[in-house]
Amino acid sequence: MARYAMVIDTKRCIGCADCVVACKVENNVPEGFCRDWIVQEVQGQFPHLHMEIRSERCNHCENPPCVRCCPTGASYVDERGGVVLVDPSQCTGCKACIASCPYDARYVHPKGYVDKCTFCIHRVREGLEPACVAVCPTHCMHFGDLDDPASEINKLLRSRQHHTLLPEAGTKPKIYYLI
Amino acid sequence: MAKKISRREFIKIGGLGLGGLALGGGLYRLFGGGVNAPAAAAIPGLTGAVDGAATLSPTICELCFWQCAGWVHKIDGKPWKITGNLEDPNCRGRLCPRGTGGLGAYLDEDRLRTPLIRASQRGQQTFREATWEEALDYTAEKLKKIAAEHGPECVALFSHGSGGGFFKHLLRAYGSNNVAAPSYAQCRGPREDAYFFTFGEEVGSPERLDLRNSKCIVLIGSHLGENMHNSQVQEFAEAVGNGSVIITVDPRYSVAASKSKYWLPIRPATDLALLLAWINVIIEEKLYDREYVEKYTVGFEQLQAAVKNNTPEWAYPITTIQPGLIRETAREMARHKPASLVHPGRHVTWYGDDTQRVRAGAILNALLGNWGRRGGFYYPNKAELPEYPHPPYPEPKRTWRDAFPDLYPGASLALASGICDATIPTTGGRDCSFKGWIVYGTNLLLTLPQPEKTIEAMQNLDLLVAIDLMPAEITGWADVVLPECSYLERYDDLRLTPERVPTIALRAPAFEPLYDSKPGWWIARELGLRLGLEAYFPWQNIEEYLDARLKGIGSSLAELKAKGLITLNERQPLYFEEGAEPEFDTPSGKIELASADLAEMGFDAVPRYSAHEEPPEGFYRLLFGRAPTHTFARTTNNPILVETMAENEIWINTKVAKIHGIRNGEYVVLVNQDGVKSNKIKAKVTERIRHDCVYMVHGFGRTDKRLKRSYRRGADDNQLITRIKIDPIMGGTGMNVNFVTFLQEQGQVAGLP
Repeated sequence: MARYAMVIDTKRCIGCADCVVACKVENNVPEGFCRDWIVQEVQGQFPHLHMEIRSERCNHCENPPCVRCCPTGASYVDERGGVVLVDPSQCTGCKACIASCPYDARYVHPKGYVDKCTFCIHRVREGLEPACVAVCPTHCMHFGDLDDPASEINKLLRSRQHHTLLPEAGTKPKIYYLI
Repeated sequence: MAKKISRREFIKIGGLGLGGLALGGGLYRLFGGGVNAPAAAAIPGLTGAVDGAATLSPTICELCFWQCAGWVHKIDGKPWKITGNLEDPNCRGRLCPRGTGGLGAYLDEDRLRTPLIRASQRGQQTFREATWEEALDYTAEKLKKIAAEHGPECVALFSHGSGGGFFKHLLRAYGSNNVAAPSYAQCRGPREDAYFFTFGEEVGSPERLDLRNSKCIVLIGSHLGENMHNSQVQEFAEAVGNGSVIITVDPRYSVAASKSKYWLPIRPATDLALLLAWINVIIEEKLYDREYVEKYTVGFEQLQAAVKNNTPEWAYPITTIQPGLIRETAREMARHKPASLVHPGRHVTWYGDDTQRVRAGAILNALLGNWGRRGGFYYPNKAELPEYPHPPYPEPKRTWRDAFPDLYPGASLALASGICDATIPTTGGRDCSFKGWIVYGTNLLLTLPQPEKTIEAMQNLDLLVAIDLMPAEITGWADVVLPECSYLERYDDLRLTPERVPTIALRAPAFEPLYDSKPGWWIARELGLRLGLEAYFPWQNIEEYLDARLKGIGSSLAELKAKGLITLNERQPLYFEEGAEPEFDTPSGKIELASADLAEMGFDAVPRYSAHEEPPEGFYRLLFGRAPTHTFARTTNNPILVETMAENEIWINTKVAKIHGIRNGEYVVLVNQDGVKSNKIKAKVTERIRHDCVYMVHGFGRTDKRLKRSYRRGADDNQLITRIKIDPIMGGTGMNVNFVTFLQEQGQVAGLP
């Protein structure tokens, strides 16, 4: 079974939010919400500054607190790729998962269920990249299988320094940021 | 490595040196935390990825001037998404965020819906709805009257966008060649003229920059990446990924600066001093491409003598950039020559000496030997297509030049600002005062500086026609408003933009026009028929026109509808070939380090630095720029794009904010040196900008109530641009010469005694 993950090159990312817009259009994300977003993290004082720009989303954790705390089983890990998904028909909108997510990746859809990034699994199953990856004008985003040693993402992780978000939370996130 | 803190936390402490901005996310967080989720619905009209029959139709994006070719995806005839055309060099299969959100232009329910005729005095949005018959008849009658009483030369066209070509054709057939685009005198005019004086050719759009092969890129006057010029940004990212050296000169720590090996936070208005110091170092240390300079250029001795005293030590107190850093960066760019380039910029109308400043960069490029070389400026290829045959245009008796005898001798295009000036009658009895304006796709009140002057000019017109997709400030002054349909509902003329390979691209309608809107070509033709100009519009419909043009090169409309874009084979080499003896279209036939043209017109043959006015105590230079998800004011009401950025912010240095007692995220009002106040704008207190200037993204602070999402959101920089410095060479309007301070609620200057 595949273990899908994303590797994002913060050196190339310009924070243009094309990933945000492409996701909204691809998935018809309702007005006022998003499944991915941009963070610009600035350090230092003028003129000695450093900035990391990141496209963030659900980390599709290998140890996902949102799945563990879901009382109805609506939040689950899809076995075909280790993607964390929500079954809207099972979700009661209780928000336990929202409270448990350290990445703030979930929101309540106006229709009453919890929604979030799906890694565009509908596209991935057709052999396409997630919409955010496919649109990125800087080619800073890479999608692939962690279990495939020859995959582009594994090559990047072997050759470049990287970090994940809040590793101390113990969730084993699967979005990696190249620095 | 960045210290890990939660986004929510560092939004709170932004401005303490460790600051952050969540673009898109920040907005969504407010909702997305699940606390007060509003009763939001899906964006009306969007389908999303659902099962159904998907169809594709070709388009050319109209969200900005890059004009990327793409595909409109529909499911069961309903809009889904737009993606880039893989064959298109302008986008390489990937649209930018604006293009990706292009459906918002079609779906925006605030669009103009029907022709409008003014019902009261100008300046108020009071109109009555009219039929197309009535609105077109009214316009044509007025145009005939102006032609009879004053001559057709007294009508001018202001144009921005693909459909403008049809109105230009109409105007020239009518007898006027006063076609002005704010993209000249308010934007890149000085650049095109500066490069013409130097290399005998313009830079053009898309810019002929071989960024993907550059080993060193100098950005001075370009916030590439924040201005989302698609393929150029893609190549910039490629260069960054390849480890190219980036040198960014900007008073602001731009996104590009954050990708740079060197960031030079220059004092605003002193760029020319830095450029001259770089030239000085490269000449004095003999770092230039000697063979290239000898073979292809003239005026080296004159240049050398002129910059003799422009040492890094001379430039230091002017620019605040350390001499050692000036030398180091000059050596760095020389080390990588000729695959080393100084970006020519795009919006360059800043201080009124812009042609000369840009020329200094052009001279630097010539010294690096990069024109016509890999990693520098390539020779672009543009497809040639025969025109649809029409009678010759009548020769106008007067042109826009007659309105400015002896002024702006270097101007190569009509000045939008100049036509505005020449609409205001003078006691001197000008030979050519303008009586009619046709305004296509450009919101002059947010585009031309000194909006009060634009208003004065408009009050003297006999006719003002506005053709636009959206209601806008300019439509409030129009006598007739003609609603154009969006780019997704119409054909336009073929796209023939220059790039490494020559291409022809088609925009075909994906949807029927909504409401009572019509394509630009139809509006222009209908006006033409009413003016007795049917000989100039012999085609019955646009399909016939396009097919005939395409048949001229052995293609057809059917082929373009299927492919969206075709690539032609005929092309010139991108770079000078070994042993070639290129000729340049300059007086000497060589690259002119000292310009004979400029000398003959009475200007400096080699650029010379002179100091600009500095802000008074407690005031800050107002700088403005772009955001990647918006194009000027034209996208700020787009329902998809507004979600990534609904309003602009004023960037204020942390120490300056402390002096004025301004907290990050609070709203402030700006007031300029002439007492003009802005709408309220959110303060972004940041380390990312110098202490002597403030910065905002242009296009916000809209005042037309019909724009429900953008009305009074953020502030309009243009309103604060009450002063300009005009470039004596070509008439460009330098706009970075205004100073602002902050007002508290009681109206006092914040933080000052």
